[in-house]
Amino acid sequence: MPANHHYVPHPVSEDARSALLAELAAILPAEALRVDEEDTRPYECDGLTAYRQLPLAVALPADEAQVVAVLKACHRHCVPVVARGAGTGLSGGATPVTDGVVLSLAKFMRIIEIDAAARTARVQPGVRNLAISEAAAPYGLYYAPDPSSQLACTIGGNVAENSGGVHCLKYGLTVHNVLALRVALIDGAVLDIGTAAPDAPGYDLLALLIGSEGMLGVVLEATVKLTPKPQMAQVVMASFADVVHAADAVAAIIAAGIIPAGLEMMDREATAAVEDFVHAGYDLQAAAILLAESDGTPAEVAAEIAAMCALLEKAGASQLRISRDEAERLKFWAGRKAAFPAVGRITPDYLCMDGTIPRKHLARVLTRIAELSREYGLRCANVFHAGDGNLHPLIMFDANVPDELRCATEFGGRILELSVEVGGTITGEHGVGIEKVRQMCVQFSADELAAFHALKAAFDPQRLLNPGKAVPTPRHCSEYRLTGSARGLPPA
Amino acid sequence: MNDLTSDFIARLHGAAGPLRIRGGGSKDFYGNALEGEIVDTRDHAGIIAYEPTELVVTARAGTPLAELEAALAEHGQMLAFEPPYFGAGPAAETSTATIGGAVAAGLSGPRRAAAGAVRDYVLGVKLLDGEGHVLRFGGQVMKNVAGYDVSRLIAGSLGTLGLILDVSLKVLPRPAAAATLRFDLAQAEALATMNQWGGKPLPISASAWHDGMLTVRLSGAAAGVAEAAARLGGETLDDAAAARFWAALRDQRAAFFAGAEPLWRLALPTTAAPADLPGATLIEWGGGQRWLRSGAPAAQIRAVAAKLGGHATLFRGGDKSAGVFHPLPPALAALNARVRRALDAKGVFATGRR
Repeated sequence: MPANHHYVPHPVSEDARSALLAELAAILPAEALRVDEEDTRPYECDGLTAYRQLPLAVALPADEAQVVAVLKACHRHCVPVVARGAGTGLSGGATPVTDGVVLSLAKFMRIIEIDAAARTARVQPGVRNLAISEAAAPYGLYYAPDPSSQLACTIGGNVAENSGGVHCLKYGLTVHNVLALRVALIDGAVLDIGTAAPDAPGYDLLALLIGSEGMLGVVLEATVKLTPKPQMAQVVMASFADVVHAADAVAAIIAAGIIPAGLEMMDREATAAVEDFVHAGYDLQAAAILLAESDGTPAEVAAEIAAMCALLEKAGASQLRISRDEAERLKFWAGRKAAFPAVGRITPDYLCMDGTIPRKHLARVLTRIAELSREYGLRCANVFHAGDGNLHPLIMFDANVPDELRCATEFGGRILELSVEVGGTITGEHGVGIEKVRQMCVQFSADELAAFHALKAAFDPQRLLNPGKAVPTPRHCSEYRLTGSARGLPPA
Repeated sequence: MNDLTSDFIARLHGAAGPLRIRGGGSKDFYGNALEGEIVDTRDHAGIIAYEPTELVVTARAGTPLAELEAALAEHGQMLAFEPPYFGAGPAAETSTATIGGAVAAGLSGPRRAAAGAVRDYVLGVKLLDGEGHVLRFGGQVMKNVAGYDVSRLIAGSLGTLGLILDVSLKVLPRPAAAATLRFDLAQAEALATMNQWGGKPLPISASAWHDGMLTVRLSGAAAGVAEAAARLGGETLDDAAAARFWAALRDQRAAFFAGAEPLWRLALPTTAAPADLPGATLIEWGGGQRWLRSGAPAAQIRAVAAKLGGHATLFRGGDKSAGVFHPLPPALAALNARVRRALDAKGVFATGRR
């Protein structure tokens, strides 16, 4: 499927194209510039594989000077640039654009410095999320945000999407754990934004850049906060015969003044898929299971686990299991972390949604999702960052069955609109990308979208960085609003 | 349309220059020189929504900070960034500070190093822009990456990007237990100690060093606080004295902050060496925030702060004519100006305070 019918590409003339390619060839060694289809094909999509687009070229610079030179050349010729990390994003944020250059930061894999005393790490954008924690481990420190893809995803991509993970209720998102960024703008200007010292002078441009989906600048370096590793952690797994009781249990834990290190929910559809795959020991009879983690000193953990068990039991848990050792704790989590690939095993294709809702509406939203699942005849598994209200419905379909992708997309769109309707948002941590650009029209007014476009222009007036993503134009929204909802639209 | 919105729109047409947004005026001393006609937010007050189990509160800008915190305390919760209560009063309850002002000023209190800054807790804002449009960014949920994160950008913008009508904040449970410990340590030793402890999983929620004395607050579950207190040693302060000490520090009512000598705020990496500058020092945030009472030239103070990897703000008093904030490199200053104009093309909020 073509990537994005909303995006009207900048017209790039044949002359400009060949002039640019000649300039890129002068900047980059031959192996670092990919132009032939067989070499650009691997970059045609990110984790949102239903949408594919071949780029004009793929550039793989190896140092800052090369990045700056590539950006300047593209800027001069008015050619779009899509920055890319590991390509694990789920919303099409890194999907190439027609006649655009993919700027891969894959070679920026160096951990420049771990400052154990200051508890910071300075890393290049292509460093994998988990690699930071591995490098910090000898000092008893780690990098807290842990998206499910942390084995593969890069810190540059995490910055672009403001990635979270299963521990972010207690330890925060990317925006809470990045202290400074070195960034290149589209015109090649290099800026240091934020500092290792608190509260950098000027506006909080760091907050603006984090989660900006590669539309404002290209990350060249990130200084991140490292967190002391707790002495220990333990997780309690609770089974519920009803998702409403599971949701009540979450509210009861928070009301008791406990902020668990992790608080995750999975429905039966999800546990069944996972159990077949990783044998985590999940209760397949339960309508929903909750994983609640405590970390700290042994005495702290013992007290918190006891308090949570009492609350879970009171909320109607039918079964409680406490991890007996570190191996079992990791096993309980392995299932949750493998939920997406596990679902990927039982269906040819799936779409992963990412709405965030006020938790009190969970039962209503899950009931509605079940109704929609029946309406569209598509199965849906739900995994839920229960502590912070971030819901990941996984809609299963087969792209080879005529019309199923369209149905799945429409089903997903209606879940996102439902999230907005109950006071939430269309994306908690995966980004808008191309996937949810239409639903932006539901969440934001024309004036609000105009403010986003004005901010974009402050960084990139020609709209060359990742064009067509994240923020729709007023024209697209008026088309979209005419139809009233995700229903009845042609595929994106 | 509420009164503040209609008042603001009327003023948009009548004003000769920029409009200055003001709540209780408790932070009038802060930022560059005050200019512009005042738009008073205090009548736009009240908590709109507060659900303790969602960990979110939404309040109108003019809501007194004390009222908001009292409502949270009833449910055992708090604003974890501990915004300071400034103002002439002897205690927080008499401060005129509003939540809109606290967010616009972007100032955080003693818990900042452990819990994060104002911007870390801002989930959403409802703004009036310079055209009188009502704009909503962010929301009432914990995680939200739809659109650029304008709501966090607003924190610390000192009313120069738009008028905050309402703000949604993440709140946290108050810690079940706390203990305050004291240690006799010289400045360099205290800094080294705080950095060493900072790398350990200890429940340190605040620290302050002044005049040879390091004071450390532990907060969290009872078991963890007791264990850490036993491990760190030192002299334990009784609870009432500890509460007075941290409140006086947060609100700058401690003796260190009295008097007319210019008050500088140096924000430095926690591991930076003691700043070689004349004047008394009080260090917070494990070394990250260092207060200095000094009449030394601004250029000297800024040069030392920059050399140590940070920046210096003339926080209170002194000569504001050269600007109170640390100057930005030209390219970054230009980008800041473009961002300001992007949200306020007509310069309605261009008071120059930030």
